Amino acid sequence: MSLQDQPPGLVQRYKLRLKRRRLLWRSFRSRHQLTALSDRTRRIGSGDILAFTTLRNEITRLPWFFHHYRAMGINHFLMVDNGSDDGSVPYLLDQPDVSLWQTGASYRASRFGLDWLTWLQMRYGHGRWTLMVDADELLIYAHHETRSLHDLTAWLDAQGCEAFGALMLDLYPKGRLGTQRYDPETDPRDTLNWFDPGAYRARRQHPLGNLWVQGGVRERVFFADRPEKSPTLNKIPLVRWSRRKAYVNACHSALPRALNFAYDGPGGHTPSGILLHTKFLPEVVEKSRIEKHRRQHFHDPDQFGAYYDGIISRPNLWTPGSEKLRNWQQLQDLGLMNAGGFPATTGK
Amino acid sequence: MSSLGVVMLVHTALDRVEQVARHWTASGCPVVIHVDRKVGSPAYSDFVAACADDPLILFSDRHVCEWGGWGIVAASQSAAELMLERFPEVRHVYLSSGACLPLRPLGELIDYLADRPRVDFIESATTRDVSWTIGGLDLERFTLRFPFSWRKQRKLFDAYVRLQRALGMRRSIPEGLVPHMGSQWWCLTRQTLSAILQDPKRAEYDRYFRRVWIPDESYFQTLARLYSTHIESRSLTLSKFDYQGRPHMFYDDHLQLLRRSDCFVARKIWHRADRLYQAFLTDQNSAMTPAEPNPGKIDRVFSKAVERRLRGRDGLYMQSRFPRRNTERSLTAFPYSVFQGFAELFEDFGPWLANATGARVHGHLFHPDRVQFAGDARLMNGALSDCANLRDYNPEAFLSNLIWNTRGERQCFQYSPADTQKINAFLAHDRNAQIAIITGAWAVPLFRSNMNFADIRSETARLQQLEAKQLELLDTARIKARIRIWTMADFVESPMDPLQTILEDMGAPQPNHLTEAPTMVDLTGFGKFLQNLKNQGMHPYMMGDFPVDDVFGSQPKSFEKPYLVQ
Repeated sequence: MSLQDQPPGLVQRYKLRLKRRRLLWRSFRSRHQLTALSDRTRRIGSGDILAFTTLRNEITRLPWFFHHYRAMGINHFLMVDNGSDDGSVPYLLDQPDVSLWQTGASYRASRFGLDWLTWLQMRYGHGRWTLMVDADELLIYAHHETRSLHDLTAWLDAQGCEAFGALMLDLYPKGRLGTQRYDPETDPRDTLNWFDPGAYRARRQHPLGNLWVQGGVRERVFFADRPEKSPTLNKIPLVRWSRRKAYVNACHSALPRALNFAYDGPGGHTPSGILLHTKFLPEVVEKSRIEKHRRQHFHDPDQFGAYYDGIISRPNLWTPGSEKLRNWQQLQDLGLMNAGGFPATTGK
Repeated sequence: MSSLGVVMLVHTALDRVEQVARHWTASGCPVVIHVDRKVGSPAYSDFVAACADDPLILFSDRHVCEWGGWGIVAASQSAAELMLERFPEVRHVYLSSGACLPLRPLGELIDYLADRPRVDFIESATTRDVSWTIGGLDLERFTLRFPFSWRKQRKLFDAYVRLQRALGMRRSIPEGLVPHMGSQWWCLTRQTLSAILQDPKRAEYDRYFRRVWIPDESYFQTLARLYSTHIESRSLTLSKFDYQGRPHMFYDDHLQLLRRSDCFVARKIWHRADRLYQAFLTDQNSAMTPAEPNPGKIDRVFSKAVERRLRGRDGLYMQSRFPRRNTERSLTAFPYSVFQGFAELFEDFGPWLANATGARVHGHLFHPDRVQFAGDARLMNGALSDCANLRDYNPEAFLSNLIWNTRGERQCFQYSPADTQKINAFLAHDRNAQIAIITGAWAVPLFRSNMNFADIRSETARLQQLEAKQLELLDTARIKARIRIWTMADFVESPMDPLQTILEDMGAPQPNHLTEAPTMVDLTGFGKFLQNLKNQGMHPYMMGDFPVDDVFGSQPKSFEKPYLVQ
């Protein structure tokens, strides 16, 4: 809650502009790293909402990922595969609404896939609403069971909102990690249905002006001794894209700076949603072994060995303070998301 | 045929309009419908054809209705004239819109009006007395000209208002008129309405109101004042507005709320709220005794909703609510109490306080080693961890989370200069914080400890400095917390009054008489202890004037027994 709300000065603003141009230039150059495996982008119609995803070995999550987002109204998925060998690629090639690119380049060197996706957004997302989510993130928002993303974005347009923020909420099972069963055709929320309800904290960061939200179960269990390293939970997944925009750090923050103020407001007017994070499906234990070895996540992977070791040791994340996931109304009551006035119906 | 006639101004959802119109005519109320001229021809002629079989439904001349423009008044005039001319039995004319829905059996409304044959129901207040105008225009609605559309030509609209203000341009209000405003949905008697419509000066008035802004909220409201013998300044139509001044839309889930209001008619109803139409348009046999409309019953719900929409929930920090500090009323969600020095002075302060107030009493939440949650819990509500590291990373968020997660239950915690001090400014600026301090009481544990005197001396100096700094901070202006401070000497001399006071501050269940006091620790020799510190060149002043021989006034104080109030 630091009080540095003053807008940056001229010099600072110019530096941010340069930074944004540099990021866009990097992304533009990174297009050479991508090979198109199936380019169905000609099927994209005007008014379509596009999803952008980088993935590696997510075959267990993909069926429900598509089920969830197709039902929500995503029209086309633009995906970058970073060396999957578990059958994800043939699966994706079979999907009629997926355009797939592949790359063997380093995930970390491309700012965790951001360069690739920014290029695709620049190329295909200009002027459209775009959703940037990982395969293990399921977006929900107020009235999401009855109102589509098209309803939401039309309403956001009418409100003059260019972006929609969300809190990443880690879901976990009751019992030791890796001991549950999960059928990829089913809702991961049946397996992972617990979360930490009330230990999140935020501060504004400068000079970007984005909120930095941390807390929750991963911090409680794995980062209690070094909270400054605990995962960042704020995201701006849904943005009316323009080729001049750029995400800075995954989709935690963005430029131009104004996008980061899509949250907050002096009194909580703004709508926000939740990204349900299904990281802790049973396979997480095995995956952590691999990722620890691959060293492709985090700016400084050496610092996170203990994190992976923590997961590999199969802890039980559940505590009596955990809350069972029911629906979005519950999340709103807890103060984790906010309808912000988005109505249940299109009343006229 | 009934003595109540209904004028409906409609522009959309014509199927619903027909449904509601037939509901009125079924009870014998004639209906005159004005359809906005913007409604295209096939839609309009189909609608007229659909209603043709009902002789009680008529259609009036059509005008173009723009929000805030003259068209709505012109429409009301045409329709009302037709009504008065064609249905001579009509005594009251009820102006409604296509989104209005009768909530009570129509017989009740007809009887209600029949009992009040001379009463005009029209909200009508002078410009000085209304608080709901948008855009800050109230009297100026009547004295400036508004040739531009507010919706479509906002910049021109604003610029022209500014220009007129700058040049001091003023229109004169026609003689005899006192500007009144109010809800556009009225119910007038034939006598009043015909007097307005047949006024010899009507052309002049119409010319004037044509350039008034939002004349539908002022034309009839002003002119009714000229002729009515009995004005009830309220609308019979329940209508709610959201924080932006737009009418609130009612959906299916407002059913019970609308029933409770006892109002005759409500607007705006969403045209696809099937359950509402179903519930209110089927003939209800209301066994209730005739009740006065009482929109007040649901007002609180709506003002709460508006407030929640505008301010969000106090004390909540999240992605879409992260207020700047100075814009907040309170930094936390619920009142809580901070006690400094009490746990040091009383052996069983925590259990005693919990017993006396029913609050949740924590230990030192800001203890450097570990968060001392109540009951020695490792996790508090919301899976808040007791890890000191996590707490110190952002102590303000820690505290606001704790209060948010336990909202509804009062939290108390112990505090001391030996704790992490980073929370002080936050406490001082939070109006939910009630802070009670016994200055210098932190010396008691040192006095009772088994430390070397040199260490005691340096620790005393350190804690005293910290407490002095804290008090300095609490003493500045713009403090919002409720703070009570006693020196240790004052407190020990008569502890009952302060204890009583803090219980009253917390709204304890039995504040009138304190029957059981906590046990004070044995302070025999404490005066001497302070003197020893002084002799060593350290000056302990936070405790106040603590007598060397522990004798307050003339009575030697015994610390042997617990205090009891007679």
